[in-house]
Amino acid sequence: MITKPPFETLVTQHGPMVLRVCRATAGWADADDAWSETFLAALRAYPDLPAGANVEAWLVTIAHRKAIDVTRAAARRAVPVAELPENPAAAQAGPADLDLHAALAALPRKQREAVAYHYLAGLPYREIAAILGGTAEAARRAAADGIAKLRHSYPLGEFR
Amino acid sequence: MNANAGPRPPDLRGAYPVSETELRALHAQLAARAESAGLLDLAYRTIDSPVGALLLVATPAGLVRVAFASEDHDHVLAALAGQISPRILNAPQRLDDVARELDEYFTGARRHFDLPLDFQLSTGFRRAVLGQLPAIGYGQTASYAQVAAAAGHPRAFRAAGTACALNPLPVVVPCHRVVKSDGSPGRYRGGPAAKQLLLNLEAAA
Repeated sequence: MITKPPFETLVTQHGPMVLRVCRATAGWADADDAWSETFLAALRAYPDLPAGANVEAWLVTIAHRKAIDVTRAAARRAVPVAELPENPAAAQAGPADLDLHAALAALPRKQREAVAYHYLAGLPYREIAAILGGTAEAARRAAADGIAKLRHSYPLGEFR
Repeated sequence: MNANAGPRPPDLRGAYPVSETELRALHAQLAARAESAGLLDLAYRTIDSPVGALLLVATPAGLVRVAFASEDHDHVLAALAGQISPRILNAPQRLDDVARELDEYFTGARRHFDLPLDFQLSTGFRRAVLGQLPAIGYGQTASYAQVAAAAGHPRAFRAAGTACALNPLPVVVPCHRVVKSDGSPGRYRGGPAAKQLLLNLEAAA
């Protein structure tokens, strides 16, 4: 009989991956919120998850919805300001590689999500298609187009 | 791995480093939110003690399991996921009172535990036996036959022994005070050395 591992195991095993995905899809500022919302929703639904299910794909599916929710909520909260407020703590906590992060953020949403779910979460395109809708081939193309644009705007020669 | 895939895909993970500090903070926030949302079926933490690392696990009703290192804490948590609920998080706060009272006990400053207990892992006669154990005072001992009699079945001393050996709440529910008629310690979840250590601790205090 397959028994489900304690939820704690999911948080320690997949917490870093979900945080990377949230940073790529929800943006750095809203990633923590998206991460918390994802794992809280996952904890709520965990007893009903079939034993033996693909846990990574399940978590990314939840993170996908939560990233959309938190970015929408942030957009509603946003008010125009004359000057950017100084926030050294946020600047320190920012991405190690601002250029790549900015290049990724500039991609159309579907390409950014396909890139994040394949290259950060490691999901196969079949699983990504189930999350984004459309076919596995369309998901593969979205990720390939996204990577091509990243290579164009970012010195991907550094990558081997 | 794919010869016609062109340049190898970038390792984007390098652009998204995740630190232990960030993850610890997010984890603590998740535990707090899960607790207030009523989603934390089992909270746990570990403490150091003279009988080795102890795993403490609590439901919202109270302490449900104390486990010795020899039982393998990961194994115990995996079993609890099946027995009670897989909604388990390392959430030390719910166990603050338990940890404090155990600490006081091990320094000799505490003789009674005053904690909400959840006995759902014990049923029937075993549960009845455990209910008799707090009546054995600090520093005292009783025989398995005496405990069986107190639980209403004087001849069931073997079953009483099993109930003590499988006590899900050792130390707090004092099965270590039940010894063989010849005075030797008898079976114990934490091993005979741990049982003798607790008996010596109470005798010395």
